[in-house]
Amino acid sequence: MSVEDKLKERFGSETLEFSQFRHNRRAIVPVEKFLDVMSFLKTELGFNYLADIAGIDYLNYPNAKHRYGVVYALANVSTAERFFVKVLLDDPEPLLPSVYELWKGADWMEREVYDMFGVVFDGHPDLRRILMPEGFASFPLRKDYPLRGRGERHNFAPIIRAEA
Amino acid sequence: MAVKFPDFIVSKLDWLANQARAYSLWPMPFATACCGIELMATASSRYDIARFGSEAMRFSPRQCDVMIVAGRVVMKMVPVMQRIWQQMPEPKWCISMGACASSGGVFDTYAVVQGIDRFIPVDVYVPGCPPRPEQLIRAVLDLQEKVRATGTINAREFEGRKEFEGPAPLARQLAPDQTMIVPGDFTTATRLRPENN
Repeated sequence: MSVEDKLKERFGSETLEFSQFRHNRRAIVPVEKFLDVMSFLKTELGFNYLADIAGIDYLNYPNAKHRYGVVYALANVSTAERFFVKVLLDDPEPLLPSVYELWKGADWMEREVYDMFGVVFDGHPDLRRILMPEGFASFPLRKDYPLRGRGERHNFAPIIRAEA
Repeated sequence: MAVKFPDFIVSKLDWLANQARAYSLWPMPFATACCGIELMATASSRYDIARFGSEAMRFSPRQCDVMIVAGRVVMKMVPVMQRIWQQMPEPKWCISMGACASSGGVFDTYAVVQGIDRFIPVDVYVPGCPPRPEQLIRAVLDLQEKVRATGTINAREFEGRKEFEGPAPLARQLAPDQTMIVPGDFTTATRLRPENN
């Protein structure tokens, strides 16, 4: 019985949307069911390794219905199975429950997605910026953020040679 | 054949200090990217920067004479760079090595600073991506020339440099007391823009 069948059996066939590309199996999960699905995948189906979390901004993307996507790459270490879980979110408050309690490795990965896309992970123990400096006010990988920034990179006081 | 040395020589203290300093320019390797690899190659036996007295790379800024900024500098690194520069004792000089340190290079993005001369005074620029070790050696020789031409024993030649020496627009727009990392707008961004924009 495949992972898809087990998920269908547990959550019903309408809630999840499955797709496949060259043995790369994906499921799009609604936000309300997200934590249940992830917990089921870990405890019942043995996906004990969270390989990666990626953020996507679908602004100006053709035929996109939602603004943000967050993709979880899961792996079952004993069977070498892989499975991808995708959640779609929208402005103004992209909010998602944290999976830190399931996989401790989600800590920094969720911080990175928060730092770059502004997706807030509810229940994360320490949701701070991880790459950008603390006072940074924007989310630089959002598509409406200009490539050259808004001048943050030059807001430092210069040193005059006679003084130092 | 016996060589006859004079019993004493007469010279200026400035000249003596300049000779001593020019041949012992100890670098602070501020290497953040691939230019740092060329910097290491310059110190290795093939190019051997020791021939010019600059082989003593000190990883404490308090023991250094010249800061070699090798590589791109991101905005999170600017306060670190400025602090290291301030920790170096006088007299001190700065070499901006490579396209990224001098101008931002190909990295014209939100995080990368478009030239370190916007934030610290730079004495010698080295072009290249990354520069050959010979180019860095040339920069050290140029710096030696500069030390011999302008140096003074009590480093009083720096007192005259009261103006901001970097690119002009930034000097107009940013007061030194402005706080760090607050979000700005396009008027403080890197490229020269038309006045009406």
